[in-house]
Amino acid sequence: MEKFVYIALFAPLVSSLFAALFGMSPKKTFVGVIASLLLATSFVASAILAAYVVQTGHGIHVTMMDWISAGDLAIPFGFVVDHVSVTMMVVVTLVSTVVHIYSIGYMDHDKSFNRFFSYLSAFVFSMLVLVMSDNFAGLFIGWEGVGVCSWLLIGFWYHKADQSPEVNPSISPSWAANEAFIVNRIADLAMLVGIFVLYWNTGSLQYDVVFAALPYLDESILTLAAIALFIGAMGKSAQFPLHTWLTDAMEGPTPVSALIHAATMVTAGVFLVIRANPLYSMPEVSEVSFFIAALGTFVAFFAASMALVERDLKRIIAYSTLSQLGYMFAAAGLGAYWIALFHLAAHAFFKALLFLGAGNVMHAMHDELDIFKMGGLKKVMRGTYLYMGIASIALAGIPPLAGFFSKDAIIETAFNEGTLFLWAMLVVTAGMTAFYSFRQVFLTFDGDERYKEFDIHPHEMYKFVLVAMSPLALLAIIAGFFQGAFQKFVTSSPLMPDYVMSEHTHHLAIYLGILVLIFAVGGIVLAWKKYGNGLKRDEKCENSFIFQLLKNQYYIPKFYAEFISKPYYLLSQIMWKSVDMKIVDATVDSIAYLFFKGGDQTRKMQTGNLSNYLNWMAVGLVLMLLVAAVTALIA
Amino acid sequence: MIGLSHYLILSGLLFAIGLVGVIRRRNLLMLFFATEIMLNAANIAFAAASYYYNDLTGQMFAFFIIAVAASEVAVGLGLLIVLYKKFGTLDLDDLASMKG
Repeated sequence: MEKFVYIALFAPLVSSLFAALFGMSPKKTFVGVIASLLLATSFVASAILAAYVVQTGHGIHVTMMDWISAGDLAIPFGFVVDHVSVTMMVVVTLVSTVVHIYSIGYMDHDKSFNRFFSYLSAFVFSMLVLVMSDNFAGLFIGWEGVGVCSWLLIGFWYHKADQSPEVNPSISPSWAANEAFIVNRIADLAMLVGIFVLYWNTGSLQYDVVFAALPYLDESILTLAAIALFIGAMGKSAQFPLHTWLTDAMEGPTPVSALIHAATMVTAGVFLVIRANPLYSMPEVSEVSFFIAALGTFVAFFAASMALVERDLKRIIAYSTLSQLGYMFAAAGLGAYWIALFHLAAHAFFKALLFLGAGNVMHAMHDELDIFKMGGLKKVMRGTYLYMGIASIALAGIPPLAGFFSKDAIIETAFNEGTLFLWAMLVVTAGMTAFYSFRQVFLTFDGDERYKEFDIHPHEMYKFVLVAMSPLALLAIIAGFFQGAFQKFVTSSPLMPDYVMSEHTHHLAIYLGILVLIFAVGGIVLAWKKYGNGLKRDEKCENSFIFQLLKNQYYIPKFYAEFISKPYYLLSQIMWKSVDMKIVDATVDSIAYLFFKGGDQTRKMQTGNLSNYLNWMAVGLVLMLLVAAVTALIA
Repeated sequence: MIGLSHYLILSGLLFAIGLVGVIRRRNLLMLFFATEIMLNAANIAFAAASYYYNDLTGQMFAFFIIAVAASEVAVGLGLLIVLYKKFGTLDLDDLASMKG
């Protein structure tokens, strides 16, 4: 079985290196095909491992080699394939394989086709290192690896020029890439602190050792570690107040948005909390866990509210990703780790599908993303309409699609824990989710064909791309039916606590489900009434304060620009001009000047006349004799 | 009675003469003679000290220096001949070609 672990892990790396060989050459289709095949290999190996874990009930732990061993510090390159990581592996490799095949079609006309596959496969490798590592150091390596790949891929079209924030809120791909990278650096600093705290107090970074030592630690240390690790998770999973980078990351190519900024990388934060669940379920850190749940609920609502008025197709979906990540954190914070993981997997399927569908629309509309300029696309894009419809129904939480089961379980958890305020907010958010997803579907695919005014001639995506998307569509429909089996499988792991609803909740579950359903259907009906028959703009509503507030993302990007970026820029300028130029640079320059001047003055000694040199030598000899004599006398 | 100090004074005088020769002379051949004087001044000091301490090491060193000086002269005179053939002079003031 060990060899399957290595195949699953290293096939994407081989794919990345292979594609990198052709990085500078013009488009070669076989690069994409071979990359996809290698990713499919990785998926098959993951599936075999999953079957093995299901059958035997225990994980596989391999140690490839020692990485760092210095004194007491021993960090091996070890990988663990247990119930949690194998779930992640299957989800990651499945979505990646589909996205790789999709990219062959989507990046068809791009001159950096080969480079794209190199980055994309490198991302998958980093993500697998992240989920499979058996220690925090390996997790951190993967964590930074996905960050770098995300940066490379958001800024894939780095040559595009900057625009003003009024025209394009993301300014430019390179700006968005830098924003994502810098925000993640801030969060990663906290995460490193958390890892150091755990190491100092437990003497190891191996998960099993650290978790076994947790009950002997002080409350303050546990709280600090829990908070610091969660801040790291907040950065990667774009939770408030570090959320702005995710919507701007939509500047990257759409397959990237589907794979990295919806299905896999952004869920790494949730994965971290699930992985570290022995820490977060300690009674000493219950406040931190509750904060996670509360923040998750807040972000779910907050992001959904901004999606209500957004006009950019991809940004709407990005907000919905944020919102769903909030749901996952709500579940994880309340202790329902398996439900969080379940929603993570289900969400990965339908959100990737939604994004890939958006990519088809974007391809058809020649990179136009404003849904106000679309409409009536269902006539030309039957397949994409079907896929996006399925994905949106799943996202809205209509049974029997996947989203209903996973999201309903989270809402039920909030009720079961007695946190009625969180529960109410999650229910309302479910309604908003349904509204904005169907607003986007109706505006894109139904009503009058507004694109004709802009002289755009949309066309359907290639056949093979649509076929490649079908596994995601299938899973978005059926994944929910495996809820029970999934619960039994994941919670059979000793590291994964079970979570069952109380008797009371169980009785009310059907009514709670119906209530959520009413909200969801209500959202869809409202969206149909407002947008089903074409776009009718309401001047009064659009000029209202709340609409403007939402449209400007609560003025948070503006706030960051005015109160963080600008003062920081000014401070940097002052530091540059006064400290760097006048102190640091001046010191270095003056040392160099001293040597230059000294050399210039003393070079006259170099007369070329041997006699002079001998005289100097004699002077030196006499001086040294004098020094020797004087020191001898003193001593 | 001639003691160690006499030899050392002689050695010092010879060394000073050699040093002044090295500093003052302009002709390369003369410089060679001056260095030879300095080397032999050291030899005298070695031999005297060796006799005084009843230790053969100093005399061994003196022989060693004589051998080194001989080979040095062999190479050095060869070089001097080449230099003279090339420049037609051995005057150091005319040989300055590496002015900084």
